[in-house]
Amino acid sequence: MVDFGGWDMPVQYSGIIDEHQAVRTAVGLFDVSHMGEIEIRGPKAEALTDFVTTNAVRRLKIGQAHYSGLLYEHGGFVDDILVHKVADDHFFLCVNASNQEKDFEHIQAQNRFNAEVDFASERYAQIAVQGPQARATLQKLTPVELAGIKYYWFTDGTVSGVPARIAHTGYTGEDGFEVYVAPAEAVRIWNELMAAGEEFGIRPCGLGARNTLRLEAKMALYGHEIDATTSPFEAGLDWIVKLDKGVFVGRDALIAQKANGIRRQLAGFEMRGRGIARDGYEVFLDGAPAGWVTSGSPSPTLNKNIGLCYLPAEQAELGRTIHVMVRNQPVDAVTVETPFYKRAK
Amino acid sequence: MFPDNLRYTKDHEWVRVDGDTGTVGITDHAQEELGDIVYVDLPRVGAQLQQSVTLGSVESVKAVSEIYSPVTGEVTEVNQVLADAPEKLNEDPYGAGWLVKLKLGNPAEVQALMTAAAYQAYVGAEK
Repeated sequence: MVDFGGWDMPVQYSGIIDEHQAVRTAVGLFDVSHMGEIEIRGPKAEALTDFVTTNAVRRLKIGQAHYSGLLYEHGGFVDDILVHKVADDHFFLCVNASNQEKDFEHIQAQNRFNAEVDFASERYAQIAVQGPQARATLQKLTPVELAGIKYYWFTDGTVSGVPARIAHTGYTGEDGFEVYVAPAEAVRIWNELMAAGEEFGIRPCGLGARNTLRLEAKMALYGHEIDATTSPFEAGLDWIVKLDKGVFVGRDALIAQKANGIRRQLAGFEMRGRGIARDGYEVFLDGAPAGWVTSGSPSPTLNKNIGLCYLPAEQAELGRTIHVMVRNQPVDAVTVETPFYKRAK
Repeated sequence: MFPDNLRYTKDHEWVRVDGDTGTVGITDHAQEELGDIVYVDLPRVGAQLQQSVTLGSVESVKAVSEIYSPVTGEVTEVNQVLADAPEKLNEDPYGAGWLVKLKLGNPAEVQALMTAAAYQAYVGAEK
């Protein structure tokens, strides 16, 4: 067990590799109740949500969700979040546990629209069912036709007879669902999901597998790839920034950055020499310090040691040899295309 | 699972003495705490090791852990198998997963290390 933003969470149950493989080949279950929820309601809910996030909220349909950035005026991340449009006057935000108070205060401070902003984390537990058998597993517990929920859409229905928000989303690079339920129901639903997935070889999964899975899929982790000092462009998240949507917090800084160019860029790499890159290790280019590893790990799917690092933007091209300093020894690595892993559709 | 013929350290290494040779590894408790071990970094034959000073490191999927030499001595053999099969450390920490053999520099050090019973109690108390 480790302390994770005040939550006691297991790094692993049966073992990171075993859990990781279960999600890639069958199904895994994650208790992600630590994630925060913020609800924005009222006639101006859309205006506020659009103003504080980088993606185009006005293009969301009811029942649709998207990944987005919550930025400071200077263009750095307050947090990376999921925005769900529940109704024209109701948006549901899933945010990082360790950022939730900060997010809430930030949104309130920007609330010139007088929308209702509600800190809702205590009302929701969240269970992620991820893997090729996720749908078959969850389907046993819900009358909602899961095949009818498109990727990054969600439905309010029931799971195990109680109200649940069922989202076709995830943080593993695999197909799957994230289910939001009342905390009082979570343990029972967890146990029923474990039973429902037994025939597929379901595994409970901890923070360790969650990290290796999201890294293979090149999904950002706050505090690693992104933080208050990194912009979406540097992190390769241009696709969540809609500069043409109108005014939003951080837009001016991003426009300036687009005009002037970015200084550093996130790059994926594979180790060529013996050694595993870890978060925070220094990266050298041609013998000089040039950046750092934001996330590094063995990749259980690829059987390689992979990582993400920041490099000077003009030198972040594919196929470039870099050196990762592993315990004061430079170890060869090469920049590669990302995501490292992409599931077959 | 702590064999009686080994001596143990607080950092969860073990040493087995045969004549003037000490064989060194990590304990079953250590491998279990680390989880899947995917990489082992060991010294070269001929390296001079000091007691309680870094001998090498083992890496699980999640983290790097230093290994400290339980005794002083010169490395006479390194377990080459671990380079390609680091999982041996999980499967057989007292057998196929041994790390290095040393020519003991100060055999008296061994007596100061924990016995199996003492280590068992130590691990029990740590939890």
